[in-house]
Amino acid sequence: MKRRVVITGVGVVSPLGNDATTFWNSLLEGKSGISPITSFDASDYPTQIAGEVKDFNPEDYMDKKDIRRTDRFVQFGLAAAKMAVEDAKLEITAENAERVGVYIGSGIGGLSTWEEQHQVLLEKGPRRVSPFFIPMLIANMASGAVSIQYGAKGPTSSAITACATGTNAIGDALRLIQYDQADVMITGGAEATIRPMAFAGFCSAKAMSTRNDEPTKASRPFDRDRDGFVMGEGAGVLILEELEHAKKRGATILAEVIGYGMSADAHHITAPSPGGEGAARCMKNALRDAGIEPSEVEYINAHGTSTGQGDIAETMAIKEVFGEHAYKLAVSSTKSMTGHLLGATGGVEAIATAFALRDQILPPTINLENPDPECDLDYVPNEARKAKVNVALSNTFGFGGHNATIILKRYEA
Amino acid sequence: MADTFDRVKKIIVDRLGVDESKITLEASFKEDLGADSLDVVELVMELEDEFDLEISDEDAEKITTVGEVVSYITANK
Repeated sequence: MKRRVVITGVGVVSPLGNDATTFWNSLLEGKSGISPITSFDASDYPTQIAGEVKDFNPEDYMDKKDIRRTDRFVQFGLAAAKMAVEDAKLEITAENAERVGVYIGSGIGGLSTWEEQHQVLLEKGPRRVSPFFIPMLIANMASGAVSIQYGAKGPTSSAITACATGTNAIGDALRLIQYDQADVMITGGAEATIRPMAFAGFCSAKAMSTRNDEPTKASRPFDRDRDGFVMGEGAGVLILEELEHAKKRGATILAEVIGYGMSADAHHITAPSPGGEGAARCMKNALRDAGIEPSEVEYINAHGTSTGQGDIAETMAIKEVFGEHAYKLAVSSTKSMTGHLLGATGGVEAIATAFALRDQILPPTINLENPDPECDLDYVPNEARKAKVNVALSNTFGFGGHNATIILKRYEA
Repeated sequence: MADTFDRVKKIIVDRLGVDESKITLEASFKEDLGADSLDVVELVMELEDEFDLEISDEDAEKITTVGEVVSYITANK
C-alpha cells in the first residue's frame, strides 16, 4: 500500500528572484529573467544571453569556509534547501533524523570548478590541483552538502538525467516516502553551468537561441520564430512529506504528489523520438501511477524548451495521451521566462505547478506571438490566467532520451 | 619570524575562515582551527607558493600546529 505524499515547503534560487514568492509573482507577471551574460566574456560565442541568477549572496546561507569549498551549484542547492526547510517549519532532530532524507540532482555538476582546476593543471601542474576539486565537482554533492548541513540521516541519493534530473529526483524521493523508507525528503535540482565550456558545447550542438539583440524575447516556446533554448541556472528544492506526518505536526500543505512516470526514448542522444512517442509513454506511466483518467488533468507545465523539434514532439505527445482533451487542458512553458535551468528545471517547475494548484492561476508562456502551426494547443499565451485546476502535470525530458513526469493534485484538508 | 607568522596567519584566515585572534603559535590546525585533512593539503600548497619552497608529504604530515609551520618555513627557506 503506497503512502500519500504532500509538499510542505519550497525554496527557489532562479533568474526571476532568489525566493519562491518573488519567483512565482514574476512568473504571473510574465517577466523574463533573460539578459546578456555577465559571468564571463561571451563575445566570441554565438549565444551571448542567459538567465543568470542575480544578487545571490552565498554568505546569507552558509559560512565563509563552506563557500570556499562548494561549487556554485551546491551553493544554490544549499540556499534553496534552507528556504524550503524554513518554509516547511521542519525541525530535524536526533529523534527524526533517520527518517529525513535528501535527493537533489544536478545535470552536470561543478562545471566552473572543473574549468578553474583544469586551468590550474595546465598552468601549474598536478601538484597544485585543489584537494577540494573532486568534492566540488561531483554532481551528487548538493545532496551530500544538504544532508551534512541538516544532519539528515535518511536515504540520500542524486539523479543525473540531464534536463529530466529535477523531476527524477522528486519522483524517486516520492517513492522513498510512499514505500516507508523515509517520512520526509528534501528534494529537487540544482544547476550552475553558465560557463564557457557549457556554452561552447551547446552552441556547437546548435541547441541554443542566438537572439542576442532581444534577450527577453529569446525563449519563445511553441512560437513559430523560436530558435533554440536559453540557458538558466538556479535551484528548486521541495520538502516532500508523508501526509499523516505533515498533518500531525500541523504543516501547511501546498499540494499532493500523486503520480510519477518515466520512460526512455531509446532513439537518439539529443533529438526527441519521432512523434514524441517516448514522452507520451512517460505521461501515460505517470497517469497509471496516479490512478487517474487523462481527462482529469487540467494543466501541464510543459518541458517546452523553445527548440524546433522539442516543442513539436511534446505537443504531439500530449495529443497522443489526451486525445480530444488535449485541446481542453491548458499547457504552458515557464521556461519562456526563466530560461532552461537544465538539472534544476524539474525542481522549479514542480514548484510553479504546485503554486498554480494552490492559487488557481496558470503562469503564461510569454513571447508566444505567432504560434507554430504544428503547436496548436492552448499554451496560456502571454498572460497568466485564472483557472479551476485540480490536477496538474509537470514534464521534463533530457538528453539521452530520459523522460520524467510528475502529477500534482490540489490539496484540500 | 614575525613577518613569516603574519604571512602564515593571513593564509590561514583566508583559507579556514577563522578569526585572526585564534591563530596563535600553539594553535593546532585540526583541534583549534577546525581544519580537516583536505584543508591541510590546501594550506600546504598555499604555503609552498607563498614562501617558494617545497614541503614533502612526509614533512607535511608531521606539522600539527601553526608554530611548527612557522619554524619549518624559517628553517627551510
